[in-house]
Amino acid sequence: MPEVLTAPLVVEFPFTRSLGPVQSAFLTGLRERVVLGVKTADGRTLVPPVEYDPVTAEEIRDLIEVAPIGTVTTWAWNPAPRRGQPLGTPFAWVLVRLDGADTALLHALDAPGPDAVHTGMRVRVRWAQERSGAITDIACFEPYEGDPPELAGHSGRFENMVTGIVAPARLDYVYSPGRAQSGYINALSDRRTVGERCPSCRKVYVPPRGACPTCGVATAEQAEVGPRGTVTTYCIVNIKAAHTASDIEVPYVYAHIALDGADLALHGRIGGIPYDQVRMGLRVEPVWTAGARYPDHYRPTGEPDAPYETYKELL
Amino acid sequence: MTREIAVIAFAQTDHRRTTEDVSEVEMLMPVLHDVLEQTGLKTADIDFTCSGSSDYLAGRAFSFTMALDGVGAWPPISESHVEMDGAWALYEAWTKLLTGDADTALVYGYGKSSPGSVRDVLTRQLDPYYVAPLWPDSVALAALQAQALIDAGETDEPALAAVAARSRASAAANSRAQLRGSVPQGDYVVRPLRTGDCPPVGDGAAAVILAAGERARELCERPAWIRGIDHRIEAHGLGVRDLTDSPSTRLAAERAGAFERPVDTAELHAPFTSQEVVLRKALRLDGSVNVNPSGGALAAHPLMAAGLIRIGEAAARIHRGASDRALAHATSGPCLQQNLVAVLEGDAR
Repeated sequence: MPEVLTAPLVVEFPFTRSLGPVQSAFLTGLRERVVLGVKTADGRTLVPPVEYDPVTAEEIRDLIEVAPIGTVTTWAWNPAPRRGQPLGTPFAWVLVRLDGADTALLHALDAPGPDAVHTGMRVRVRWAQERSGAITDIACFEPYEGDPPELAGHSGRFENMVTGIVAPARLDYVYSPGRAQSGYINALSDRRTVGERCPSCRKVYVPPRGACPTCGVATAEQAEVGPRGTVTTYCIVNIKAAHTASDIEVPYVYAHIALDGADLALHGRIGGIPYDQVRMGLRVEPVWTAGARYPDHYRPTGEPDAPYETYKELL
Repeated sequence: MTREIAVIAFAQTDHRRTTEDVSEVEMLMPVLHDVLEQTGLKTADIDFTCSGSSDYLAGRAFSFTMALDGVGAWPPISESHVEMDGAWALYEAWTKLLTGDADTALVYGYGKSSPGSVRDVLTRQLDPYYVAPLWPDSVALAALQAQALIDAGETDEPALAAVAARSRASAAANSRAQLRGSVPQGDYVVRPLRTGDCPPVGDGAAAVILAAGERARELCERPAWIRGIDHRIEAHGLGVRDLTDSPSTRLAAERAGAFERPVDTAELHAPFTSQEVVLRKALRLDGSVNVNPSGGALAAHPLMAAGLIRIGEAAARIHRGASDRALAHATSGPCLQQNLVAVLEGDAR
């Protein structure tokens, strides 16, 4: 069993989300250090407020100010904070029912230790220094024994209402390609292209993924293909992409290439020929750069073009 | 309208902490072949295929389409996918069979939790405005529920430890399980939940075959008839719900006919010990019921397959005559947010 191949894979994306009227008022309120709830038809006050009654699905829009102080309804001590969580030191996750609300809000409580936390304890909002109209405008909650403040009864209307949030998200993975793809990648480092043959239909898959997608059976028998192949179809790329190496000038040709002996075409860039002279049937061979683990591109071999009959099944 | 529909075959992988040596399809394919061999069916004999998985586990968009390589989707097949546990794929297949459009269905679920950090990945299923930006991980949310149960006097730490111990003791007889026999309770992960209260993180897959009416009797000696199946969901706001109860489970069980007659077995999808406490109450399970003879989700928890495995394990007990009437439950989302209940029966002996 050769060593398992792994590679880091980071999925990162700033999610831009628009807000409905109730969410917009709530998050703008946090920016202005005002906590708003929403009234249901039967008189409950929901904090955090939502656009639709979770029981009746009725549209609800009636905003009401609640106190930035409340009561812990349940808690969980987190000894090892994780990336992205509200506090970097150990803290308690809490559900807090703010005074004037009938439902609880999830957040973090800054407390010295689990012995300082209990259900029923009184807490208040600790506002973040920098606020933009997001749930993180509440930095966390903190224990509080004082009296609730007088509320002015805010209308829920503010200058410059926020209409959206940008929520960055990042997840880290360690990708492993599995048995068949690992064999392919390992062979490529010897500049060999090795696919796998289906025991049932005898087709050779390049790159192999471990199963024949038409027969649904495992492939195992290795079959070396190429190095030469035929362009089965292609397209002309006119727009530079962020991820293409800076030395690739547009326009260039990206092609499906059926390597000799393969029953599946793979993708590659075509070089060494003006882009407008590439054609279906063009015979090509891989070009390796020093130290590369896969072909940089494919170039014409100078052989006569392959007849259409020889590759029409691979289109 | 009613056609009788049964689970006629079940297979699962060994569930392991990591399967980095194989790809998703390489992990899944053996269980697909296993259920086909059990019934003597070929891919071409399957009228409908439905799967459950989540691309977030792999971190790759449309990774589930690769898994179809293991099915053999040529000539083109009738196929569907749900981005959740395979138990819901089974529900979709069941409705398809009910319509009469299909007589047989292949259902599978698979998940590799090992490539990513599953506690963080699961935060992405939460409310993106008010909750997800705080990154509350799956153990933290379960711990809030556990503390609420302790506060309500419904359980305590020793009782939770007993659930963990019983699950893994039962799993000693299940060679597929990941955590078997005696497992220490360990330290707090998020208090009040200790390592022993949490499911193992691991990779695995499962598949079942459904068949309708006489087709089921032809292919299986003792079909596990689905007498009822239903799923219900609660509000997504954690602070709106009573975390000590599961009205969605109770309602789904009622609609599935679970309360009409006692069951002898219940396979519950309770990833955390505290959730078994909630489910036993909602499903009115007393000491006479054999709960999680497989070891349940505390012994093996391949995400997106663990719920389907509950149905498969319950069905397999009926197939081999160890149960006559079994309840199977699957859950999805934080703190038992969404729940599916199926009632399975064998023909009278």
